[in-house]
Amino acid sequence: MDWRDFYIYHLGKVNESVRSWLSAHAAGWTAYVVPAILGAILLLVFLLPSQLMVVWIERRLIARFQIRRGPNRVGPWGLLQSIVDAIKLLSKEAIMPRYADKWPYLAAPVVGFIPAILVYAVIPFGPDLAFADLNIGLLYLVAIGSYSVISVFMAGWASSNKYALISAMRSVAVLVSYEIPNVLALVGVILLAGSLSLTDIVRAQSSGSFTWFITVQPLAFLIFFITASAEVNRTPVDLIEAEQEIVAGHHTEYSGMKFGLFYVAEYTSILAACAVMSTLFFGGWHGIPWLERYIPPWIWFIAKIYIFFAVFIWTRATLPRLRIDQLMAFAWKFLIPLSLLNILVTAVEVLLIDNTTLAPAVWMTLLAVVNYALAALLIVAWSRAFRMPRRRSADIPEVRRLGALPAETPSY
Amino acid sequence: MITDGAAFAFWVLAVGTCLAALSVVLLRNIFHAALLLVLTFTGVAGIYIVLSADFLAGVQLLIYAGAISILIIFAVMLTRRPVMTGGFSRFSISAAIVAVTLVIALIWVTVGLTDWSISSESPIQPTTAPLANALFDRTNGWVLPFEVASIVLLAAMIGAIAIVKDK
Repeated sequence: MDWRDFYIYHLGKVNESVRSWLSAHAAGWTAYVVPAILGAILLLVFLLPSQLMVVWIERRLIARFQIRRGPNRVGPWGLLQSIVDAIKLLSKEAIMPRYADKWPYLAAPVVGFIPAILVYAVIPFGPDLAFADLNIGLLYLVAIGSYSVISVFMAGWASSNKYALISAMRSVAVLVSYEIPNVLALVGVILLAGSLSLTDIVRAQSSGSFTWFITVQPLAFLIFFITASAEVNRTPVDLIEAEQEIVAGHHTEYSGMKFGLFYVAEYTSILAACAVMSTLFFGGWHGIPWLERYIPPWIWFIAKIYIFFAVFIWTRATLPRLRIDQLMAFAWKFLIPLSLLNILVTAVEVLLIDNTTLAPAVWMTLLAVVNYALAALLIVAWSRAFRMPRRRSADIPEVRRLGALPAETPSY
Repeated sequence: MITDGAAFAFWVLAVGTCLAALSVVLLRNIFHAALLLVLTFTGVAGIYIVLSADFLAGVQLLIYAGAISILIIFAVMLTRRPVMTGGFSRFSISAAIVAVTLVIALIWVTVGLTDWSISSESPIQPTTAPLANALFDRTNGWVLPFEVASIVLLAAMIGAIAIVKDK
């Protein structure tokens, strides 16, 4: 083993070094098992303290936005608040509703947590620092992500609680609708990078002609940000667990660590969404060129994750929640057509790149200008064309059908 | 029989998938059956991974476990009585005969008539580019059937919207 492999700058070489040493000096199977366990430990060393940190950051920041103090009693600046909360969750009495469907009820938090953490397998924290650099990385991300619906379903159905059931119903409507623009927004990036592997996508953003994909894919990034917030239940689009409407949605009937697991899974997938956004659109582990020599790639990457998390908190503190019909209309009338147009435009551009004689720098500037102008134009045009009529909740046909209003002639 | 990791993974997945599939058929609670169907789909995806068909495994998870099973569970939630009581229908004997005959015929065709040759070539990695080339090759690809399929799907989607739209 070379001691330089253990230099903190490139953490990823540790595993490779251990693997080659083991395959030379020990039984064959250890070369598979030991690096896998090492990688899992490394991932947990990032994830578990991050869980505690982001909860604290979110509560403090939200408090700032709302001109409050936030947690400030336990430890300096309330830093130990999350730890105390975790102990509280662990020591609470485990309650199960009498009419709960036992096995789905108990399995739902687990089914929710496993995909949330499996997503991290393909995320590259540094040049050699992906747990498994699958060549179908993005497809894997999308496929694993679709399991979260099943967890919400299981919890919502098994709790035998009407709010939980409403939440389960909403989760289908919202998650299935937002999955489509979410995947379509990724296609633009895949076209530009020419690969589904996340490591290759980051590498495509460093080599010469291409810069970070946010410069040429602004529309895709916007769509991805909105749909990702819907998929991980962030507040402007968190209809699955809207507190004011349906208590806590699918985890209304969960207490103690069973609720804690839902909570942890939610923050794990929020961090995963931040990681995916920085990988796809913000150059992954790349940083500011003249600082890259001094600051290791994985620090850049984690810093980007935290910055995106702050943006999520910002949107949560700023925007009011959408109503269900607005949310669905937004997905189907706004996000899906725009993401389809984005694919068309990007595909034409990729075809032109292959046949152009212009210098890469000139060409990329041109593409950036065109794409930003097009994004602005499309957003303005679409919002003009599909402006939703201002309606009170009582005027929505769904509400009327439930008998909330006396029958009258529809005005539309 | 179990010689390496892949064989071990195959047997675990195969036995698990078969058990899950059997419980889908045998359980009386259709919500549980639907959940176990998701497990069955996942197990099949695992077998694809063992066979080095990683793209197929991803698509299997996305389409079957992610989309189709959601539709099934949603349909189950809309049903009035999730736990099935009551006995067998009066056609059970004839149905059993037809089912057993069909299963035997299918096994005969798929297992008996297949030429089980073992390839010595190493699996293709990555699988995405060869798949795309096989589908969209200019001379002997399947571009036209692909486009026809997408138009059929689009028509089905528009039709569905037209049917459920408020008059």
